[in-house]
Amino acid sequence: MTKTPRYWRENQSRYNMIGAKCANCGKAYFPPRTMCPDCGRKSIGKMEEFKFSGAGKIYSTTVVHEAHEQYDMQKPYIIALIELDEGAKILGQIIDSEPEEVKIGDRVRSTLRKLGEEGKAGIIYYGYKFAKE
Amino acid sequence: MRRVAIIGTGMTEFGELWDLSFRDMGILAGFEALHDANVTSEKIDAMFVGNMSAGRFIDQEHVGALIADYAGLAKTHIPSTRVEAGGASGSLAIRQGFLSIASGMHDIVVVGGAEKMTDVGDDEVMNIQSAAADQEWETVFGATYPSLFALMAHRHMHEYGTTREMMSSVAVKNHKHGSLNPKAQFKREIRPEDVERSPPVSLPIRTLDCAPISDGAAAVVMCPLDMAKNFTDRPIEIIASAQASDTLALNQRKSITEMAATRVAAKRAYEMAKIQPKDVDVAEVHDNFTITEIMAIEDLGFFEKGHGGRASLEGKTGLQGEIAVNTSGGLKSRGDPIGATGVAQIVELVQQLRGKADKRQVPDAKIGLAQNVGGTGATVIIHVLGVGR
Repeated sequence: MTKTPRYWRENQSRYNMIGAKCANCGKAYFPPRTMCPDCGRKSIGKMEEFKFSGAGKIYSTTVVHEAHEQYDMQKPYIIALIELDEGAKILGQIIDSEPEEVKIGDRVRSTLRKLGEEGKAGIIYYGYKFAKE
Repeated sequence: MRRVAIIGTGMTEFGELWDLSFRDMGILAGFEALHDANVTSEKIDAMFVGNMSAGRFIDQEHVGALIADYAGLAKTHIPSTRVEAGGASGSLAIRQGFLSIASGMHDIVVVGGAEKMTDVGDDEVMNIQSAAADQEWETVFGATYPSLFALMAHRHMHEYGTTREMMSSVAVKNHKHGSLNPKAQFKREIRPEDVERSPPVSLPIRTLDCAPISDGAAAVVMCPLDMAKNFTDRPIEIIASAQASDTLALNQRKSITEMAATRVAAKRAYEMAKIQPKDVDVAEVHDNFTITEIMAIEDLGFFEKGHGGRASLEGKTGLQGEIAVNTSGGLKSRGDPIGATGVAQIVELVQQLRGKADKRQVPDAKIGLAQNVGGTGATVIIHVLGVGR
């Protein structure tokens, strides 16, 4: 993986799960979009900041054994697609559970954790991960 | 729109080609294609080169001009264009060549695809492959390229009862086909238990579910169908070219057990070719992972949704099956030098339709289809080939 882009360190979505909601149709998106793919130009200027609760259920999951260098220390680790209660899907790591304990349909909730760092003693960056409820 | 034919093909062996540079491979494949087409290089009007990431693999950008130069074409100053769509870069080059001839802009066009992957370590290869996914919202959170396909595989198992055994059968079949292809990276057959005992990559995906890291190049020469008889007795016509896109990130899709872009591109291709899925005799589909082939044969309409795994296990996609899929060995066994892959698929189909595929020949093959995927399905390109008349 490449180094985390600088602007990404300032990205609020990653810390607070802030997405966007289309005021035209009510659909919620994560990550935020400036335009609703369903409503097109009717949604321009009508996308509102929307904070997801961070709760949802597992849609699919995998145990990663061959990882990018910076995740080497964590492997094997669990990655999942999570269907958030407000209706968007999101990808994240599942923590505090063994692989055999994690199943499709399980309830999870987001938590702020260290994601990684840029090399040894490099900048640490943070973001959401998920744990079973 | 003019009708377009392929009149020559060329391809290096795929594999770890440590004695060949990127430009060496491109030239070898290109010259073989020109020789096959009986075309001399001064007749070429334009070139298109499919390549995903020479910049990161070998620190070389601007490879369109590079390949034209080393093909001895700098003196003719032809336009040479490099195109990129992740894993679908090769077929994007094919499509650009097709469009440029169909439009009337060019007559003789060379399309090449090349990738040199073994000059960097395996870790770096995975980083580069993952760059075709969404870097900001997938890889940063620990997703690897294989892990995204593992998420699809697990969900496919959950929704349709697809099994480990069914996935293994895809790898076993493609290795069997690869053993019959002199240019394949893996010419050795494997057993289901070999797949099941291979090291885990991102479960349920194991090492032998994955296409390898490869070097290689492939090329074709195209011209208008009505000029093709000047060069060959058996031109192969591109009877459909279709391309579709989808969200870059997997999490943005309604379903992850299908590639909607495959479904849409296939519909467009079948309409353009005026055929049905059942009319296809031989298909090269994107099997970067075994689950990808299972989804492809469903989304292309060869088998009902959810039945792809069972069809594979029952041998319906083998050389003697209902539809021969990945007779070359596919990405899995022929090899997957990313930018070359889409062009290599076309090279295989041309051999099949010419009746020159030797031990892996599908008897009386008349219609061939190639499906090539970029990222996790954000780009899908489909071509349908037929014997030119």
